[in-house]
Amino acid sequence: MHGRPRNGPRSEESAAKAGKLRDLQAQLLHNHHNRIYTNEARAASARLLEINPEIYTAWNYRKLALQSNLKEVTDVEAIKAFVEEELRVVEAALRQNPKSYGAWYHRKWVLNHKFSPANFDHEYWLLGRLMKLDPRNFHGWNYRRFLAALSNVPEVEELMYTMEMIDSNFSNYSAWHNRSFLLSNLLKQKAQGFVSKEKILTDEYDLVHQALFTEASDQSGWFYFLWLLDQTVSPDQPLVASSWPAHGSSWVVSTNRSKSDCRLFPFESSNSCYYLPMSIVPIILYFNQPVSGVSSSTVTVNSVFTSNEDITWRPLSLAKSENAHCWVTYLKISDARSNGTSSVEISLGHSQDIKSAHGSPHTCPVLLKFTIELNCIDAEQPGGEFGEELFVFNSDQVCLPYEDFPISSFDQLKISENHAPVASSWDVETLSNEISLFKGSPDDNCKFVKLTLARLLVAYDAMMSERSPSLQKKTHSEEVLKFFDDLIQLDPVHAKFYEDQRSLVILDQVTFDKESLMKNYGRLCKLASSSHHYHVLQLNKLSLTRIGFVERLLWVQILDLSHNEIQSISGLEALQLLTCLNLANNQLNSFAALEPLRLLSSLRVLDVSFNKIGSYLIDTKRYLCSSPMSHTVDIKEVIKEFQDTEIADYWEVIFIFKELQLTQLNIEGNAVANDNLSLLLKKTIPGLIWLNGDRVQ
Amino acid sequence: MEKLEGEKHVKYILSVEKRKDDFESLVMDHLRINGAYWGLTTLDLLHKLDCVDQEEAVSWVMQCYHEDCGGFGGNVGHDPHLLYTLSAVQILVLFDKLDVLDVEKVSNYVSGLQNEDGSFSGDMWGEIDTRFSYCAICCLSILHRMDKINVEKAVNYIVSCKNLDGGFGCTPGGESHAGQIFCCIGALAITGSLHHVDKDLLGWWLCERQCKDGGLNGRPEKFADVCYSWWVLSSLIIIDRAHWIDKSKLINFILNCQDKEKGGISDRPDNAVDVFHTYFGVAGLSLLEYPGLKPTDPAYALPVDVVNRIFFRK
Repeated sequence: MHGRPRNGPRSEESAAKAGKLRDLQAQLLHNHHNRIYTNEARAASARLLEINPEIYTAWNYRKLALQSNLKEVTDVEAIKAFVEEELRVVEAALRQNPKSYGAWYHRKWVLNHKFSPANFDHEYWLLGRLMKLDPRNFHGWNYRRFLAALSNVPEVEELMYTMEMIDSNFSNYSAWHNRSFLLSNLLKQKAQGFVSKEKILTDEYDLVHQALFTEASDQSGWFYFLWLLDQTVSPDQPLVASSWPAHGSSWVVSTNRSKSDCRLFPFESSNSCYYLPMSIVPIILYFNQPVSGVSSSTVTVNSVFTSNEDITWRPLSLAKSENAHCWVTYLKISDARSNGTSSVEISLGHSQDIKSAHGSPHTCPVLLKFTIELNCIDAEQPGGEFGEELFVFNSDQVCLPYEDFPISSFDQLKISENHAPVASSWDVETLSNEISLFKGSPDDNCKFVKLTLARLLVAYDAMMSERSPSLQKKTHSEEVLKFFDDLIQLDPVHAKFYEDQRSLVILDQVTFDKESLMKNYGRLCKLASSSHHYHVLQLNKLSLTRIGFVERLLWVQILDLSHNEIQSISGLEALQLLTCLNLANNQLNSFAALEPLRLLSSLRVLDVSFNKIGSYLIDTKRYLCSSPMSHTVDIKEVIKEFQDTEIADYWEVIFIFKELQLTQLNIEGNAVANDNLSLLLKKTIPGLIWLNGDRVQ
Repeated sequence: MEKLEGEKHVKYILSVEKRKDDFESLVMDHLRINGAYWGLTTLDLLHKLDCVDQEEAVSWVMQCYHEDCGGFGGNVGHDPHLLYTLSAVQILVLFDKLDVLDVEKVSNYVSGLQNEDGSFSGDMWGEIDTRFSYCAICCLSILHRMDKINVEKAVNYIVSCKNLDGGFGCTPGGESHAGQIFCCIGALAITGSLHHVDKDLLGWWLCERQCKDGGLNGRPEKFADVCYSWWVLSSLIIIDRAHWIDKSKLINFILNCQDKEKGGISDRPDNAVDVFHTYFGVAGLSLLEYPGLKPTDPAYALPVDVVNRIFFRK
């Protein structure tokens, strides 16, 4: 019941109405169950549907009646009369309730069966009348699509109809929606007159400007504008955005005789190193959009360590999806037969089988090269494993040397510059035009204008940085941050939305180039058990709420994200070298939020102290984390040695930590922390040495 | 600030159960089993499920069962349909009484309605709608019979109904609508297929449903309505974007739609109450962690403890 006043009249009239309805409903069920399809019985069902069009069993009854009665007649006029009766009943029902699912479907069902030729003029006339009463009735729009398909009306004509509807009222969201649907179909088909996407989009920008400048606070045009912007900036072709090891880098591997573990030093420096358990070097490819099809037949890895056929690429994705931004494979150093320098070459682009989620193939040839010098040492252990010694995240310990950056040139990480196809300048010009147009808008205090400007500037910076990273030094991030600060004031209801957007701008700013990274990059003072330094990035106290730009951080080994407002760490799964992660003093609200860590096989030290785990009844990560509820995990595999109560209460704990090889974990300062959980954690992580700062007995 | 009139809502729901003769009850008569599910779930969220005679309820549900095909009708004597089969299964699992079902037969009825393109018909008459995809998937998942359908095709059909604003419609090309979005997001959640959703795009569309009065609407430029407290909020929670709206304003809007004298919740302040909006109001408050309510699972639309019982019991 919608829109009925609470204390409406309850007159005798309504009692009489109720009596009539009760009788008609009883008659219907009687006739239905006894298969009585006489004129009188049908008339009763028609009277019922006129009062209550939602009673679905009555529509079913009428379908059965029609089928049964049509069996008896062959005369064209008699058939027509039966069909018209149905259409009349539907019309009367729609007058009573123009949003009745059952009535609309009955009409479609009758027409679909083509018992007699349809009178499309009448159908469009009737629809026109209903749409006049309510131009947003989505049943009406659905019916129009149905009619267009049934009577073979070309999509171009339907597009003209959306124009009519928009012209008569700019704030008809339904019309804008249908326009976006039809246009994207026509563009996809490259229909006549729709071959040039650039021309069509330019015209659409002009159209939507009229709406936006007529009524800036109306949402309809802004959603359409966002779609146009997406069409303008979304990359069609997948490209490799970054890799680890970086192109052109040189490494020295030091390993013990048994090659059970190894350390990887940048050629230029013997002070810093990566500790690699099992002597396995990850190779990471990060694409500008999720792709599928990365395999030894689409990517060739030439090295002395492993033959290409034996290489398996794995998507770094939590979902069942075949698509991932980031793909990884592992080179086994232990397979090397002798000492000496050897080069590793990774090439892709020779096959069309790496595809974006939309099916665009990766076609740009890419060749990545790096060298590895193998250095066997006699020592039993190369050292450097985290574990025995309690590792404390402490910013005082971090020194800031500018030499020995883990890669000789930061720009080497950005692969796209050398490989991106030269695009037309249309998109850059479009963005510039839109930016100046909205900067001059008289509604500059409207939240949609500010948000759109922020989005345009972010898109512009991203486009320029991908096209020519070395030229694009000045970005608009300060201006964008100011827009988001304004928006938080102007529209506090959506403050957290703006904070999440702002978080990405901040991350862009601090990781943008070598200089900005250097401010936050440091090397940790060595552990007592090791004489080497580790690659640390400190991104604490930045008001971050979520993670982004991980393609720039693939080299990070120790990451400090403490004292932010982080509530999602999705994206961190790409950091395959990550060994220590500090997430203390953030807003993580459940264990399920930690699922991305399951893919980090190198992770040893994790601090999630002083978060909000266990503070909320509703877990907003419940369906983003794999679970039996979403059929993404076979529960029997995970829970064999646990009891019923442990499983129901701590499902995520078991599922996530069983996979990790942590030696140190800190969860104190969370509502969930208690003795039972500590016991369970020790049971789940047998290799754990330190829990909440105490040595595990 | 207003408070939740839990006891009055319990009384209201129990009174609706008995009232069968006025016009409003009669108009809803054919979907009485939906009403039973809304009412009983509300009672459970209020910790009052024991107020009803469980055996009577279960035996009435089974009177709506069609033994010949395995589906349930909306009331005794009405035809079987997916919409009512899901409600029946939800009521039975609420009482932990799935054992009265011929699970094989019911799940065959549901899976038999899947079409070649992966979509689902609501019943033998062939109406197709993503609402029915949700009904089928939710139902089979509760019954542990997901293997009876082609999940990949079912997911692809739902994805074909995705719009350029990130939302979903009834059929390909249909306009995004919060109720429809819940069905599609819920079905994608249950099948572990949320990677098909552009969460930031859809999240922004959904969070812009919050109106000045604090309530949520179902489409742009429409009025707020209590039922969208459920459809919008559950979708936002599933995609982890619920923090993008102002929760305290929404709580106030729902509480202002209560009939504080006779109990029940209406679509908007001062309108007539009904059991549909009473459920969506209370379930919305449960998603907002209003004190004293059981937490609700956003995808299965059942209390979390009931869902955990389905999937974690060995």
